[in-house]
Amino acid sequence: MAAEAVLKKKDLKSDQEVRWCPGCGDYAILNCVQGVMADLGVKRENMMFVSGIGCSSRFPYYMNTYGFHSIHGRAPAFATGIKVSNPELSVWLVTGDGDGLSIGGNHMIHVLRRNLDINILLFNNEIYGLTKGQYSPTSRLGLKTKATPFGSLDYPFNPISLALGAGATFVARTVDTNLKHMAGILEAAAAHKGTSFIEIFQNCVIFNDKVFDSVSDKKVRDERMVDLVPGEKIVYGNDHEKGLRLDGYHLEQCSADEAGVWDPSTPTAGPSMLFADIDRDATLPTPIGIFRQVERPRFEEGVHAQIDHVTETKGPGKLEDLIYTADTWKVD
Amino acid sequence: MTQTKEPGADLPLQQQEKVVIRFAGDSGDGMQITGNQFTSTAAFVGNDLATLPDFPAEIRAPAGTRPGVSGFQIHFSSSDIHTPGDAPDVLVAMNPAALVVNIGDLKAGGIVVVNTGNFGKNDLKKARLEVSPLEDGTLQGFRVIEVDINKRVADALTESELSPKEIQRCKNFYTLGLMYWVYSRPLEPTLDWLAAKFAKRPALVDANQTALRAGFNAGDIHEMFQGRYEVPACTELPAGIYRNILGNQALALGMIAGAEQAGLKLFLGAYPITPASDLLHQLALYKNFGAITFQAEDEIAAICAALGASFSGKLGMTTTSGPGVALKTEALGLAVSVELPLVVVNVQRAGPSTGMPTKVEQTDLLQSIWGRNGEAPIPVIAASCAADAFDVGVEACRIAVEYMTPIMVLSDNYIANGSEPWKLPEMDKLPKFTAKFRTHVEGETFLPFARDENGVRPWAKPGTPGLEHRVGGLEKEDGTGNVCYDAENHEKMTHLRQEKVMNIQRSIPELEVEGPESGDLLVLGWGGTKGSITSGTARAREDGASVANTHLRHLWPLPPGLDELFGRYKAILVPELNMGQLWRVLRSEFPQHNFISYSKVQGKPFMSFEIENRIKTILEQ
Ligand SMILES: Cc1ncc(C[n+]2csc(CCOP(=O)(O)OP(=O)(O)O)c2C)c(N)n1
Ligand code: SF4
Ligand SMILES: [Mg+2]
Repeated sequence: MAAEAVLKKKDLKSDQEVRWCPGCGDYAILNCVQGVMADLGVKRENMMFVSGIGCSSRFPYYMNTYGFHSIHGRAPAFATGIKVSNPELSVWLVTGDGDGLSIGGNHMIHVLRRNLDINILLFNNEIYGLTKGQYSPTSRLGLKTKATPFGSLDYPFNPISLALGAGATFVARTVDTNLKHMAGILEAAAAHKGTSFIEIFQNCVIFNDKVFDSVSDKKVRDERMVDLVPGEKIVYGNDHEKGLRLDGYHLEQCSADEAGVWDPSTPTAGPSMLFADIDRDATLPTPIGIFRQVERPRFEEGVHAQIDHVTETKGPGKLEDLIYTADTWKVD
Repeated sequence: MTQTKEPGADLPLQQQEKVVIRFAGDSGDGMQITGNQFTSTAAFVGNDLATLPDFPAEIRAPAGTRPGVSGFQIHFSSSDIHTPGDAPDVLVAMNPAALVVNIGDLKAGGIVVVNTGNFGKNDLKKARLEVSPLEDGTLQGFRVIEVDINKRVADALTESELSPKEIQRCKNFYTLGLMYWVYSRPLEPTLDWLAAKFAKRPALVDANQTALRAGFNAGDIHEMFQGRYEVPACTELPAGIYRNILGNQALALGMIAGAEQAGLKLFLGAYPITPASDLLHQLALYKNFGAITFQAEDEIAAICAALGASFSGKLGMTTTSGPGVALKTEALGLAVSVELPLVVVNVQRAGPSTGMPTKVEQTDLLQSIWGRNGEAPIPVIAASCAADAFDVGVEACRIAVEYMTPIMVLSDNYIANGSEPWKLPEMDKLPKFTAKFRTHVEGETFLPFARDENGVRPWAKPGTPGLEHRVGGLEKEDGTGNVCYDAENHEKMTHLRQEKVMNIQRSIPELEVEGPESGDLLVLGWGGTKGSITSGTARAREDGASVANTHLRHLWPLPPGLDELFGRYKAILVPELNMGQLWRVLRSEFPQHNFISYSKVQGKPFMSFEIENRIKTILEQ
């Protein structure tokens, strides 16, 4: 990249005033994304941010790149049209737990199975922020909101399991309180060829404050979270003394020495699925890191390969030939 | 199969100007193929023609039942015609259900050819008939020609290696051969078609060709028909090169041509729905034009992907029918707000809701013009017939690109599946409207929502250095496009968007009328009713009525000069296959004129005589 002007983080800040609530987790994410993007070696004019509707979906306005703030839930479809039309672009999709998993749930699963080379950042605050605090499809059972004054009865999605089930080729989780970790995940996602799905635990200070604190607070996170790092032992704890390993279909706690080595690229997503859910057992830590990382053909590549192939075999299309076919007749 | 003498050559050959034949049978009888082959041959002969299929609603309704009846009507002529014909002169009925469903439409004294091989007890029962309509007087007043086609096909194909069941599938070609004999048609186009179609199964080629010839030769049997007819080539059509075309085919070609004329690649997002799916099927073939087709997970994703593609510098399009448009509505509003080109096609069908998917209606006009939240004006244009759909496809692309706007294109079931001769355009006369992308900053900063003299904003696509900008559905500040909730600005932007769409009017020609320049009545239509209106009005005029007719392609904005035009007639009759939707628009736009609505909502097109009669009734009052 020597000849190119080097991008700085500030080059990616737009002139628009950021309007999230003070203390909102979105600030940290924006900051981290701007830093990572500046170092990707991608030209600014080739950066494209697409979003739906929600607090999180305001994101593109704050990036000095091309951006499309679309409609509620539909960002995956916009991203598909954009990426297929111009595969050169580095496309980033920002969505919320409501935007991406309720109204846009259908588009989400389909974009994941198609495996376009785009990056999806799902800001999960387990609440509808923009509409002032109704429960979302990731809200926990019993959550009291204005829409559920007696507690939510709606069983939540685990976004990681959902993405795995939809056939996503890169699935990861990170937290707004650990920017170093987030930066690493963003870099890995950018490097991945295919759709990268990243769930980000994001604190909504106004409507669902501290919902992740029991696992992500700096004081407890080493004990309560385990980072899945490809090729490394699955260890956690204040002194990295605890481990996890698979015994057949069974996941068990062990000492760090006996811990298994994490492989997110197994032929089936089985082991990833198993890890996605371990924190249903309150004694086990909540996993973050890279759950899944495999290669599969990308949709936009296929589209253009087919166009090239047909153009090669049939020759470039000529409109006149399409109109003036063999079965014509003449009237004098 | 060499013949020394053309069969039936000693029968008198009569000239006919025009004929309407309806082929009707079970949906498994191959009536659509029969009709399409008759059509290709009529085109080969040089007739003017118009066709209309009548598909059963179910893919495979139980065999022999009334809901399983499939029909195909063709009107072919040596003079200029505009519709598939009101009432058939000839009905070919392959079974009792086909006979009873269609006989009511046959012209008095018309010919009905019946396949008696399918009139057994069981066949009658499937059609819910106690007695055979051949015996109960149903066919009184018609010329009935009874042929046991089942048996004749079996006899003709005794040598074939096909199974008896497969042999019976050749019935439609026997029937076609018979009608070819009656109307002195050449067999070659169909023989060639069969050879190509079943190239991989020579036994099928042979059997179907044999059946076709056997049907043709059977015409020789004198007692069957009293004569042969000839419908010579049409010489009234304007000079040019012609090809027979279905409305959906013409529209797809227009869409690809429009993209080419704009210098853009087409991106189609679509979700299958009757009767629009064929647009997706056809455009999917044009990969060597660089056209991208994307079958999305639903209609919403289809339009959103198309709009995303337009942001990226493609010409985004999406094709659907009424229920699909309902789903696309929110995204259409976004397209209005971000001001990007987008072609939305609605091939209308009978509603509301799922309605009658295979039947025709014009009930989505108001949905097209007004059916969005907020002040969200978009242009709306409509095709008037199969051939016109090509020009309308090109015109939609022109307006979308020149005005950076979504546009709604209306077609309907009748246009989509009907066919007629299309006078092919001269390539160098096609309108050219090359899209201009902004490539660099002009002035100090790039203003994505600055406007030119037409009120149109610049198009800058991702990948262009220095023009990075954001668009979205939140209200934008005039010029910069930054999010803005200012009251005055919102009102200004609302007006700017509206004015831009109304400015399109400057690029639309005035209407031309057929008939007197002024008079008692003007018949004004839009969409697929043009053929019936043209024919019906012409007949009323021949009978001395002071009536003219004209047809709208541009429904929003309306063409210039209408006030002056309307002022030249005492009243304006507006026939529509809805409850008077254009009529409502006209009444609110031109309250000073006298509009009379003529509404029909039966899932069926207007017949020419209906228009003629309505004109006469009004003028008598
Ligand atoms: C069609 C439509 N329905 C509803 C809304 C209202 N709405 C806006 S954002 C939102 C939920 C946002 O929640 P989430 O995606 O979790 O984003 P957050 O604000 O929490 O970041 C809703 C219901 C809308 N904008 N559009
Ligand atoms: S409502 Fe919650 S999510 Fe939205 S900006 Fe405020 S803190 Fe952030
Ligand atoms: Mg949320």
